Order: sequence, then structure tokens, then C-alpha cells
Amino acid sequence: MNEPYQRKGILTGLKVIDFSWVGAGPQLGRELAAHGALVVRVESHKYPCILRLGPPFKDNVPGINRGAFGMCFNTGKYSVCLRLDKPKGRELAKKLIIWADVLTQSMTSDVMAGWGLDYEKVRQFKPDIIYYSTNQPGLTGPYRNFGGYGNHGAACAGFESVAGYPDLYPDFVPSAYTDFICPWFGLTALLGALAYKRRTGKGMLLDQSQWQAGANFLGPALLDYVVNGRIATPLANRDPQNCPQGVFRSRGEDRWVAIAVKDDEQWQAFCRVVAEEWTGDARFATFASRKENEDELEALVGRWTANRVAEDVMRLLQSAGVPAGMVQTTQDLVDHDPQVRHRRAFEWLEHKEIGLALHNTPAYRLSKTPHHLLKAGPIIGEDNEFVYREILGLTDDDIGDLYAEEVIDTEYDAPEIRKPNS
Amino acid sequence: MEMQQPEEGMLSPYRILDLADRKALLAGKVLGNFGADVIKIERPGGDPARDISPFYKDQAHPEKSLYWFYCNTSKRGITLDIAKPGGRELFKRLVKTADAIIESFEPGYMASLGLGYDDLCKIKPDVVMTSVSPFGQTGPYAHFKHSNLTTWSMGGQTYISGEPARQPIQRYLHQADFAGGLHGALGTMMALTHRDLSGQGQHVDVSIQQAVILTLMVYAEYWDVLKVVQRRTGRQYVTPRAAPYGPLTTRGVYPCKDGYIVSLGFRGGTAGHIAICEAIRAWGLSEGYMQEIKDYDFRQLNQSTISQAERDVLDNALAAFVLTKTKQELMDRAAAEELQFAPCNTVEDLFNSAHFRARGFWDQVVDHPELGDAFPYPGAPIDTSEGAWLVRRRAPLIGEHNDEIYVGELGLGREQFTALKANGII
Repeated sequence: MNEPYQRKGILTGLKVIDFSWVGAGPQLGRELAAHGALVVRVESHKYPCILRLGPPFKDNVPGINRGAFGMCFNTGKYSVCLRLDKPKGRELAKKLIIWADVLTQSMTSDVMAGWGLDYEKVRQFKPDIIYYSTNQPGLTGPYRNFGGYGNHGAACAGFESVAGYPDLYPDFVPSAYTDFICPWFGLTALLGALAYKRRTGKGMLLDQSQWQAGANFLGPALLDYVVNGRIATPLANRDPQNCPQGVFRSRGEDRWVAIAVKDDEQWQAFCRVVAEEWTGDARFATFASRKENEDELEALVGRWTANRVAEDVMRLLQSAGVPAGMVQTTQDLVDHDPQVRHRRAFEWLEHKEIGLALHNTPAYRLSKTPHHLLKAGPIIGEDNEFVYREILGLTDDDIGDLYAEEVIDTEYDAPEIRKPNS
Repeated sequence: MEMQQPEEGMLSPYRILDLADRKALLAGKVLGNFGADVIKIERPGGDPARDISPFYKDQAHPEKSLYWFYCNTSKRGITLDIAKPGGRELFKRLVKTADAIIESFEPGYMASLGLGYDDLCKIKPDVVMTSVSPFGQTGPYAHFKHSNLTTWSMGGQTYISGEPARQPIQRYLHQADFAGGLHGALGTMMALTHRDLSGQGQHVDVSIQQAVILTLMVYAEYWDVLKVVQRRTGRQYVTPRAAPYGPLTTRGVYPCKDGYIVSLGFRGGTAGHIAICEAIRAWGLSEGYMQEIKDYDFRQLNQSTISQAERDVLDNALAAFVLTKTKQELMDRAAAEELQFAPCNTVEDLFNSAHFRARGFWDQVVDHPELGDAFPYPGAPIDTSEGAWLVRRRAPLIGEHNDEIYVGELGLGREQFTALKANGII
């Protein structure tokens, strides 16, 4: 097979057909591709991934291939245009599923079923498929047709109810939070499913409810309700085990530093660094008394940090063994953080329309089989040739027909509101 | 050896030694619930994470931490002081039958005891060792002290969370630790996959900071592409836009009759969103609301160019209507017609959720005989048709399986066992 890129890593033998879109689903294929899997992402101009239509766009000029949102969860994938709403498109999709080891999808339950591509149907022609589905409610249950984003997922999973301040909540939980919990549960299970298949030859359905996955990150609070009947409410930055603990204003515009003092040993170290008279106050002598006078203590800490640079406070306290960290902005992370740079947490890859663009890497480093980012998140359909010719073995004539029938669609098949120059 | 595995799990062949502290307890739990044989190794006297609240019936006690219960399901538990020479030797004997070791000590600590990755390879050449640390095993911050709040903040999440007029805030509980633990489970599985395919083990180096960075959605890219820094926006969400439009504030949280919901509001833009806008408005109009937008053309609604004043008219119209409905009414209608209203569920709502009940989320009742009690545990983060996620046993008591493992499995004599106890090794 004539493949345009040289894949490397643990999973070079793995083939993935990726029907997922938006936030949570595509990250699985991205991580598999980072370890060498051949991942084909099925898209169309008629019904594109919504993230392709949202900012940030290169130079602020919208375009289906100009956005980092549409790019960033699809690093290393091959993109193919294929209209699943057309019967001939579904026939080709079936061929790709037969070719693949793993299928991923993230639409509500009725969508794949409507195309005859739900697990029960797929296993009839591909019995050992590992079929990973992720959506808000999961594939079953009374709310199985609920569609939404990670923002809705966070609220349904309980995060909004504990977001905010004791006197002001719920807050809107930023960053579609459940979208960034689900993929890692999903991938761990998917690798488990592959191990299970190596032993038994059997595939399986992995049915992820993003609400259930998210709720697991509130597990202890759920047990607190089950056992003690307590309904969790926000604590903001406080923690029953630490004192003082908080986010304190530091020098500069909207700059902050986080400090968390655990026990007497860390408190003594903290006092030596601060070296102000109040640190010797009897009200702060024990953990219990510090907790009792927490408001006052926090005000004093805040006065100490107010005219200091956050990074200086972090370094001073860290060198004394006290947990402290700058409240970093994305600018800090991308441009300044020496640890992020050391780990190469971000890699810049050449994207056909955006140019050199930031891409995330896995959170772990493997000592002998490092990840390898194959290519930037693809522009839509950039690998049509490879997929139709090399994977499916179609001829020029076949492919020409598919274009003519709009099974392979182009920008001219986009809805009116997104037509070029409209 | 007593095994109480109710059914074959997808990870049943794997044995994991779990030395992790609170930073990465979730790693072993996730692998254990999927079937791995996980042995939690605690220092004699028990792990400090046993002191984390909440507690069973609010009784602060190392055997009653609900936090510990949750984070250590499906693990057996032994005590062992690996800092003592005798303890080290016992640990090495355990490594012989282990597939992976998960630890979260300060980088270099295991090596300083002669238990680093290279040392363990001499005992078991294909072993996988997973180290979870706040910033990774090497680099300028590798030896920084960790606390959930401080590492979460270094990962960029605190800055984007909270009300603009107030201090930035962390998320509830210990989300950085949970993320670190989950990526620990994932990295371990990646390395075990490679070991199964090639026979080669390796060292997995997880950075909790990086796990947090992976929750920043598209905000690092915003800085990279447009040099826009995402800030905290409270109950709204803000779409950064270039001049002359400037940032656009859209409501995210709306009060309703009996609580709150999240809605991204009237958004337009695509055929799907236009249909949602029209369905929401039709519902509002049918009950006499949203008159001020009855002729609004959602096809021309563009978040990139809409004025703030126009945005506010739309949001206010929705807010007035939503206030007349309960969370349940809004959710029922949203699920039936894809309106994308999400209730701000409390933990109580989750416990009573008909949807969760129907999917079996609360089906598993776990016995705690020493408490004379049994209660349901949260269910699967992903349901599988084979080798299901299960609480295979409740979290271990301190040293609960010392006998089973040291005597039963390693074959220590009774006297030897007693001596190790007396020397504080077990």
C-alpha cells in the first residue's frame, strides 16, 4: 500500500475507522494515531464537523479548513469525504468497516442506527469489530436521544452544581469539561478490549455515556450523598485538608498565585519564607486554629503576595518545600513555561491552510516507543486519493463516478450558507 | 490464593502493584474495575489518603474514608515499608509476578532505593513501570511539590474558571489528581499493549500538569493562532472576536423554576442549530413568550458578527421563558426535540436520575461487612458488552491481604511473617 506518511509506534498494525465528531469522540483516534494507528476520519462538506465552522480561524477569516478547533482533535488522521446519507456512501463505509479493527462514533444513538451502522448491524458483517460509541446519554435509556456538547455534559454530570463560590453558584464550567474526561476512560477501555480480543478473538461494543464518565470524577461526592445524604456545594479554592489554601492576587494585571499548605511542617516552612510578624500569631499555631481563622489568614497571605510576582512567590515557596504554583494563562503555557517546553507538551506541525500550528501530545512519555505526531489535523478530504485508491482499491473511473454522484462531496456541495464566496 | 472475581474482566490476566498516593489512586482503580489483579501497597499504618473526607457517617477514621473507598475499589491491600532493606526485598519478590508497577513518589525516589525502572528490569525484564508525578520525571519543575490546586493552576484551568470580578477558582474535589490517575491507567495500558505485542516493557512517565493541559479544549490553540488569552467568564461564555466586533458574551447558565440549566442559547450558524433555535422559539411562542423575537431570522444569526445588544435580546427572551419551567420539563423536551437544555444536576439528581437507573449506573451494591452496611457505588464510565466494569471488591482495609499474599502466595513462614511485622516492615 502506498501510504503518504510513515507511521511509527506501538499501534502501527491497528486500523481505525472514525465516524466521530466534535470534541469527545475524535480524541480517541488522535491518541491512537499518535502511537502509529492508521486512522481514517469520515467527513462530508454537506454535514461537516461543527468544530470546523467555529473559531479560532487563521487571521480571523472563517473557512472550513482555517480553524484550529476543527484541526486540534484530529492530529495524525487521514480525512476522507464520504456522504453517509447516500446508499452508495454507506456501502463504501461498510467496506471501510470491514477493513478496520476499531470503529469510533460520537453521534446520538439513532443516527448510526438510521444508516444501518449500529453495533448489532455492523457485527453481522464484521463480527469481531471493536465498536466504540461515545455520546452524552449513551446508547440506551430514556434520554438516549439527547444531543449536546461537553458544556451540557458537564451540567448533566453534576459539575455545574459544585462550580462557583459558596455564596454564588452554579457557575458555567468552562472548556466543555466532560469532553476531556471521557476520551481517557474510553481509550483505557479500548486498549482493554484489544487485549481481550487478542485472548478470545471476540470484539465488543463500548457504550460510553459521557454523563456517567463525568460523574465518576465526582465519585467521592456521590458516595457522600449515598451514605450521608449530603448534597455537595462549591468550596471554591478551599480544601478540608489544607490551610491556608487559596488563589492569591499577585503583582500585575489579573495575576494570581496558588498556595496550598498541608501540615505543620509545611506551615513552618511557609512562615520562614514569609518572615512576617503575623506568622507567629497564636491563632495560627495549629492546623485546627488556622482553619478556625482561615478568613483572616487568607487576607494576610493575600497582603503578602499582592506586591510580589507570582512566579517569584512560586519559586520561593517551592524551594522551601511548600506547594505553590502560578495561575498560568495559555500564553504562559505556550510561550514561557520551561517545563512544558522541556516535555515538548506542544508540537508545531505544518497545516495546509493555517501554517505552523500548535498540536497537543499525550500526557505520558513512553521510554522506548515514543509517540509520533504523523501530521497536522487534516483539511477536509485531504486524503481522498489515499483512502479510495489505496485502501478501497478503486479505479479512476470509480472515483470519478463517486464525485459525479456527490458520494465524495466537495466545497460546492456545502449548504448555501457556507458556499465559497457566498 | 483466594480470588473473588465475579467474572472475567477484560484486564483479568494483568497484575498491577499500586504504590501510588492520592495523586494517582484512580489508575489502579480503573484497571482493577476492568478486571486487573491490583495490589495496593501502603506504608505500615496505612496511606495518608485514608484521612481524606468525606467519611462514612461523618466519622473521621482511616477505615471510613469514602474518598478512599471510591478511589481504591477492586484492589487487594497489603502494607510494606519499601524504604527498609527487608521491605525492598519483599517488594522485589512481588515484582516477579507483576505486569506493571504504578508509583507516584518524587521523581528519583524509587531509584534511590534501588527500585528504579532499570533495577526492576533486572528482576523482571518485561515489566512496565508507570510513574505519575506533578510535572514529569525530568525538567526544571520535576521536583516541585504537588497539591491538587497548585498543579491544576499550573495546567491553566484555574485561570479560566470563576467570575471575572472574583478570584479564579479550581474545580470541585481533586480533578488534577483524578486526571493524573486516569492518564496513568491509560499510559500503563499503552505500555502493556506494546509488551503483549513485542515482549518489551518500558517506563511510562505521566505529567499531571500535561493531563490538565489536555482539558483546555481549544484555548492553547486560541493563543497560538490569534494571540487571544482565554479568561474566566463566570456564568457566561465569551467568544473572542477581532475588531470591530470585539468579544461576545453569551449566557451559559439560566435560572429555571427549581434550579438552573445550561444552554448555549440561540446560536444559528448551521442547519442543525437553526432548527434548534426555531424549535425552542416555537415552544416559547406557544406559551405566550418570546414575542420580541417572533420574526427573528435565525438563518442570518452569526456569532462572528452579531452585536452584543442583539445577543442580549435573544438571551433575555430565552431566560424569561426558561424561568417558567422545571429542570425536568426542560430536559424531557430537550431529549425529545434536541433543544440542548441541560439541567445543572446535583449529586442528589444523579442518584435519582431515571436515565442513570435505566442504564444500571446505581445497580451495584457493595458490601462493607465491617460497617454492617452495604450501599450502591457509582457505575461505569463506559459500559462494555464483554468484560464489564465492576467493583470487584470494596477498597481494602489496612493490611487486609497481608496474610493472603505474604504467607499464601510468597510462602513466608509464620515466624518470618511475625518478625517482619515486629520490625515495622509490614
